[in-house]
Amino acid sequence: MNVTQRLKNFTPDKDNLLLILHDLQSQNSQQYLPPENLKAVAKYLNIPLSAVYSVVSYYSMFSLEPRGKYLIRICKSPVCSMLGSTPLIDLLKQNLGIALGQTTSDGLFTLEVSECLGKCEMAPSMLINEQHYDGLTVDRLEKILNSLRVKNSD
Amino acid sequence: MIKETRITLKNVRKINPEKIEEYIKAGGYLALQKALTQKPETIIDEMLQSSLRGRGGAGFSTGLKEKFTSDACKTCTDRFIVCNADEGEPGTFKDRIIMERDPHLLIEGIIIAGYSIGATRAYIYIRGEYYQSIKRVELAVKQAKKAGYIGQNILGSGYSLDVEIRLGAGSYLCGEELTLLESLEGKQGYPRVKPPFPAEKGLFGLPTLVNNVETLATIPAIVEKGAKWYLTLGSKDSPGTKIFTLSGDVEKPGYYEVEMGASLRALIYDLGGGIKDGGTFKAALLGGAAGTFVDQSVLDTPMSYDLLKEKGAVLGSGAIIVISESRSLPEMTRSILDFFKHESCGKCVPCRIGTAHLVQMFQELTTKTSETKPTLDDMINKAEYMSKTSLCPLGQSPILPLQSLKQYFSNQF
Repeated sequence: MNVTQRLKNFTPDKDNLLLILHDLQSQNSQQYLPPENLKAVAKYLNIPLSAVYSVVSYYSMFSLEPRGKYLIRICKSPVCSMLGSTPLIDLLKQNLGIALGQTTSDGLFTLEVSECLGKCEMAPSMLINEQHYDGLTVDRLEKILNSLRVKNSD
Repeated sequence: MIKETRITLKNVRKINPEKIEEYIKAGGYLALQKALTQKPETIIDEMLQSSLRGRGGAGFSTGLKEKFTSDACKTCTDRFIVCNADEGEPGTFKDRIIMERDPHLLIEGIIIAGYSIGATRAYIYIRGEYYQSIKRVELAVKQAKKAGYIGQNILGSGYSLDVEIRLGAGSYLCGEELTLLESLEGKQGYPRVKPPFPAEKGLFGLPTLVNNVETLATIPAIVEKGAKWYLTLGSKDSPGTKIFTLSGDVEKPGYYEVEMGASLRALIYDLGGGIKDGGTFKAALLGGAAGTFVDQSVLDTPMSYDLLKEKGAVLGSGAIIVISESRSLPEMTRSILDFFKHESCGKCVPCRIGTAHLVQMFQELTTKTSETKPTLDDMINKAEYMSKTSLCPLGQSPILPLQSLKQYFSNQF
């Protein structure tokens, strides 16, 4: 990715910072913001690197660590918990062999929990990258993970 | 049997949200045309007369907010309208439905409200995880620009407005209007001291009107049909309609727009099909995590701002989380307290420490057997202290569910 080129899609105003960070992160194959990106953004917006870093570290959607090809965000808000997300989170940890916030060694999956995703009418719910999966059950969740593994087994 | 009265949801699943022609064919942008022939003051007067109250949760008069913003700093060359589309209150998904299913209605509301206060620029701040909403609103803005509803000299009226979309990035707190403005300025989401309110000193220190998606989506209908018509809907203290989002142990969870004053019973049983799997009603959590638990004695209370308040409950965002007899209220409470702890930004010490204390106290309350364990009253005292010493609604909120638990379910703890 040519960062300098992408930055030119935005006017160099500080209030574009979150939009720029979203854009760069979405272009990164490991779904994160490496240090050289943050430096380029600080330079482009003419703000201190610390200002960029403070924003990146504040918002939960931004990551300073490389993440997997599939970013799983499962909802643990009151409605999803009530309708069964807790055992699903345990299943995910077990199936992927990782703790919350970690990435599988093959670089395929990262597991995160999220607050309310706004899909309460179809709880429990999760996001894999930008795709919603609703009305989850243990069975369905296993099938989803397996199909993603198969897709990437070649 | 109550029925839905759809104003903000009138086009949902009836038109293709990706086609502006279909919105126009359904009568869209007529209210804007009408508004642009009127004086801005006339529109604000109409809003004041309609008694419309902010649908995001706080319930403040929309007309007054417009008037304050319009009257503020007459010498300022810029003023802004900001659409708060950072929906994140647990159990709430009404704004998502409007953005995904009828984005032009929202945009029409924004342009009218912008015109009424003389806004030079509009921002739509959408939560980052709402990918489909972002896609639909982006497309709608593009189409509206092309059709001349956004931009320079809108429909030859001489009024110009730019509309920009900005994204949140996973902070519940940014749904609070002053924190949202911080985020819009490209900063961390820490709340501001108020006053000054956004009407006076908002985005970049300039007069700013911040309105929720549902509020803005109501405006075209009021402009088109008049405040008098709007007042015929709903109840006396809370006119109009409201979208309620049903979730939890209910047969037909989903979004329902009804006249204000409908009872909780009608919403759960008539529209929601009753408790799931033939279960029994135990409680409902109204307004999300920053909301209140109620028991069956509130089932027949009309859902309106003031009547619910008399019962120690809130209408909030319109979230109704239905809880059946089989559920554990302590379990729900734990989940809510965890939520506040996780989302506290840490700026105000009483909230940062207090939300963690509440989690710990509740753990002790539910597991310890000794007589020295904390009581619900101890937790309420702590939450009250937090509510008096925190800047924003997050630190002010834990008191709501805790107090309602004491009022309605003290026997469960």
